[in-house]
Amino acid sequence: MTEWTMSGALNRALYDALAEDPRVLVFGEDVGRSGGVFRVTDGLQAEYGEARVFDTPISEAGIAGAAVGLCFAGWRPVVEMQFDAFSYPAMEQVVDHVAKMRMRVRGRVDMSITLRIPAFGGIKGKEHHGESPETYYAHTAGLKVVAPSSALDAYRLLRQAIADPDPVIVLEPKARYWSKESGELASDGPGIGNARVLRDGENVTLMAWGAMVARVLDSAAILADEAISARVVDLRSLSPLDDAVLERCARETGRVVVVHEAPRSVGLGAEVAARIMELAFDHLQAPVARVTGWDTPYPPASLEQLYLPSVERICDAARKVVAY
Amino acid sequence: MSDEPEHGAGTEPVRILAPDGSPVGDADVGLSPEELRELLRWMVLARRLDRECVALQRQGELTVYPGFEGQEAAQVGSAFALGQLDFVWPTFRELAVALVRGVDAVQYLQYHRGTWHGGPYDPRATRFGPICIPIATQLPHAAGYALGQRLDGSDAVTMAYFGDGSTSEGDFHEAANLAGVWRLPMVLFCQNNGWAISLPSSEQTAGEIWRRAEGYGFPGVRVDGNDVLAVHRATARALERARRGDGPTLIEAMTYRIGAHSTADDATRYRDDAEVERARAADPIARFRSWLLAAGHADDRFVTACEEQADAFALEVRTGVIATPAPPAEWMFDWVYADPPPSLGRQRDEALG
Ligand SMILES: Cc1ncc(C[n+]2csc(CCOP(=O)(O)OP(=O)(O)O)c2C)c(N)n1
Ligand SMILES: [Mg+2]
Repeated sequence: MTEWTMSGALNRALYDALAEDPRVLVFGEDVGRSGGVFRVTDGLQAEYGEARVFDTPISEAGIAGAAVGLCFAGWRPVVEMQFDAFSYPAMEQVVDHVAKMRMRVRGRVDMSITLRIPAFGGIKGKEHHGESPETYYAHTAGLKVVAPSSALDAYRLLRQAIADPDPVIVLEPKARYWSKESGELASDGPGIGNARVLRDGENVTLMAWGAMVARVLDSAAILADEAISARVVDLRSLSPLDDAVLERCARETGRVVVVHEAPRSVGLGAEVAARIMELAFDHLQAPVARVTGWDTPYPPASLEQLYLPSVERICDAARKVVAY
Repeated sequence: MSDEPEHGAGTEPVRILAPDGSPVGDADVGLSPEELRELLRWMVLARRLDRECVALQRQGELTVYPGFEGQEAAQVGSAFALGQLDFVWPTFRELAVALVRGVDAVQYLQYHRGTWHGGPYDPRATRFGPICIPIATQLPHAAGYALGQRLDGSDAVTMAYFGDGSTSEGDFHEAANLAGVWRLPMVLFCQNNGWAISLPSSEQTAGEIWRRAEGYGFPGVRVDGNDVLAVHRATARALERARRGDGPTLIEAMTYRIGAHSTADDATRYRDDAEVERARAADPIARFRSWLLAAGHADDRFVTACEEQADAFALEVRTGVIATPAPPAEWMFDWVYADPPPSLGRQRDEALG
């Protein structure tokens, strides 16, 4: 069994996608010769050449817009935005065109674009390097949004995103790039639109995505010592959400805590809570709790652990919900 | 006739026909008499349809409509130079280009009738991209398309239209920079019509738009956009250059927006009637018609026939537009995703009852 870092697994996903589909192109800032600031595109240009793997000027709107044009010409672009906050210059292209173009041309051209964005915090980054932009994208009709939490699932989700006929935003948790997981890489298994239950439990369900999944798993282990049996769900597909899993877990455990790094207000946790109410209100034994970042800009490195949901905050929320 | 773009001292645009129709340059731009007549026919047709669209809007058959009167030479002259496989990325004001490309006018006008966003026509079949409202955002699409075409070994050229106001947007810069650094087979065609809604081009940018090309590492040229021959020649040369693999060209066609920005705009709030009257005197159709007649390439009968054809066409389009029903409600949901999520399916059921 091979041990994979998430960065390595993502790299392999790109490598395999380039090999399988001659229409796949990989481009972005510093993705070619240097192999990307997180090494996710390392070695791809050497293997597949400068026509299919190439550097661009610092030009996020240009990159996203060029991807739209490339789809019209029959290509399948996989582009990298160097960091979360630097995907914002491309927002107009993403919201006005990437998301809507298929509709605008009545399905005659698919926007089979994969937009990879290193995202979320936890790496003592400079400002603008710790953003959680999932709500912006998940709020936009026409886009799909995924956020893997582990190496093997990162491989699977990226392969599925590239194969998907719709535009998929892949939010790669920077804090987990060097995390390791052993196993065989596979692109089949749970698809985009499916959540995964990572740990079974009966008293409460803890839901998270990206780097928070690891903290939620740690929390579940601590809670187990207190005889609280916590189920852990990696939502992983943020748009579409897996309504079936939301409903089932809410029914079976009656209590839900949703955890995310993004600010609380109008965060995706609110959508998860609302859906659970719609789908399983009669089965709820406590209000859905949210453990999130604060409604502040992402703080400097020395304060980031105060901002991020900690194991303590997650466990506290779970205890309260169980005792409700 | 040199191969290099000829610019006058600073601002004087390249011109073949003076405003009164007398030739001031070599009028042999490589078009046959029949093709020259076609140019006039398209311009007359386009103007007639444009006026019909304004009327249709006034009668409540179209939503807001952005007219292009005064810009017929810029649009027809450039579009007529395109090869069959060349691909156009338009703004929202290129109806004349669409006509020359063979886009069905009734389908095109679905956009302004408010029955469909984007391109109800097939952009790949017509090689005319979806109508684009967010200013300058079509330009990176053009760059990407040009790159894709080149990767496929095609010698087709990508043609991107935009206005003077669009050059203040970041997307203009990003696309022009990509075009330059990747030497893309692409023509950036700016219609400088003097205005961006209420802002005159003098307040849009302190420099001259065509000169920016130098900063991106490719040639720029300023042409008289009301001189259909000059526009055609400049475009044909730029297309040829791109087809040869020598990269992009920026063309700034100096023209004028005779009408308001759109039917929702009142231009008297910000511009002098006298300016509009001066522009009318430089009318692109009258200019070309008088040269065409004087050169003996057409006669009055031909001109009358063009006008009659245009009337008939406008009537046909009017009938088609009015007959167009609202789209079926399910279309609001049908193309959002190739692979739609179940939650959207439930919303569809909820909406459609
Ligand atoms: C990003 C963006 N900002 C503002 C607008 C509103 N708007 C529509 S047309 C226009 C003026 C465009 O001027 P120009 O590029 O010169 O084209 P013209 O209208 O003269 O054809 C503006 C500001 C828009 N459509 N998109
Ligand atoms: Mg203008």
